[in-house]
Amino acid sequence: MAAAPASATPLRHTSLYEKHVALGARMVPFAGWEMPVQYEGVIAEHNAVRRDAGIFDVSHMGEIETSGPAALELLQRLLSNDLAKVEVGGAQYSVLCREDGGVLDDCFTYRLGPERYLTVTNAANHEQDLGWFIAHRGTHDVEIRNRAEDYAMLAVQGPIAREIVQAIANAPLPKRMRVEERVIDGIEALVCGTGYTGEDGVELLLAPADAPAVWDALVRRGARPAGLAARDTLRTEVCYHLYGNDLSSDHGPIEAGLGWCCKEDTGFIGAEGVRAARSDPPPEQLVPFKLIERGVARAGDPVVGGGHVTSGTFSPSLEIGIGLVYLPRERSAVGSEFEVDVRGKARRGVVAERPLYRHP
Amino acid sequence: MAEASYPPELLYHPEHDWARIEGDVATFGITWHAQDALGDIVYFDAPAIGAQLSQNEPYTEVESVKAVSDVYAPLSGELVEVNERLADNPELVNEDPYGDGWMVKIRITDAGEAGGLLARDAYVATLEE
Repeated sequence: MAAAPASATPLRHTSLYEKHVALGARMVPFAGWEMPVQYEGVIAEHNAVRRDAGIFDVSHMGEIETSGPAALELLQRLLSNDLAKVEVGGAQYSVLCREDGGVLDDCFTYRLGPERYLTVTNAANHEQDLGWFIAHRGTHDVEIRNRAEDYAMLAVQGPIAREIVQAIANAPLPKRMRVEERVIDGIEALVCGTGYTGEDGVELLLAPADAPAVWDALVRRGARPAGLAARDTLRTEVCYHLYGNDLSSDHGPIEAGLGWCCKEDTGFIGAEGVRAARSDPPPEQLVPFKLIERGVARAGDPVVGGGHVTSGTFSPSLEIGIGLVYLPRERSAVGSEFEVDVRGKARRGVVAERPLYRHP
Repeated sequence: MAEASYPPELLYHPEHDWARIEGDVATFGITWHAQDALGDIVYFDAPAIGAQLSQNEPYTEVESVKAVSDVYAPLSGELVEVNERLADNPELVNEDPYGDGWMVKIRITDAGEAGGLLARDAYVATLEE
């Protein structure tokens, strides 16, 4: 077991840092931030989200606001999905591509007004995404604002998550994939019917200074603090991608299984590459897998005969090793078996249906 | 999960393993710090009875939800017993690392090796560096 490597630049803290420390969280460096990886234990936190409700501090994620008469036109160039289909108060998932179709980031975009959009970025990519937005503004009549400092973000997820938030909200919460302004425990927040755990729930965007009070109110009502480790096991069970693991600029969205959020007809940057990949698929395909023998394959473990694991964990819900793996296309059909080299030992896996976990 | 603890009657290996010596038999496990760093443990691969363990060498792996780690032998010897309960209840390592979460017992081949292990305070000092 190695100690955490010393960091050259000081790690950033979210406005909930003192809460995490007081709760006894194990804090780890993550994308330049010091974040809670777990409180009591990853399995208990994971199960709380699957069975009741968990609350995650995801304030490290970035936000970019794009507004003005040409906001939609610019975002149609930058984002892979068709944002014209999203009404005011709607949300959409998409990827940000380079010219060659390589993926720069994946993000949710919320339409806050007729000409006003908020895009939530991954912490590690935020500065780069912001630069990409600004670099492509050109003569578009838009304002691009970095809102990362203006928002803390809480994800409340699980079968009773909405009930917990609703109890302190001034009006009914927005439905899945919708966003509305609400007052939560006396505090103004953007409430989004989104999340990254496969459970129902909401995400709250609010002023950082207000976040600790809302966090306390939700925890008091039964939302269990959950860390990055549980977030990772939860999203892996439902096969949601993690940028840096399952997505990178070396791979396009088609081979990553994200063709569904790419609408080439919008003419987004990278659309030509995506179109080419769709008609002539790349040699490898990202697919979910389960191990069919004991053990856990981890990110980076090579597959015998080609390919590699990009996300791998023990699944607390299924109690087996699971993950996402790039496999040669001809061997990536559901039911195909393969061997992965786990620290020098061959472990058998099988390509499985997406999602790996579904509510019973 | 139990509070941090490092019993004074044990000897410690810098790779976060402990040994309890009783006559010519030693019991091994991993320390509170090790199980805490790993988090929830999900697999313990028991080595075979009769295996020869060498001091400072890994004799098995312990796997948690998030990580896997080698487990080092604090002393050399022949493996005479494994904790069978860990096959179905690996979480015992988290809950009771020095008690029900013990891993293996060996027959010590060189009692002199114990001199190379750390007493409690010396081990705890390594954690504070």
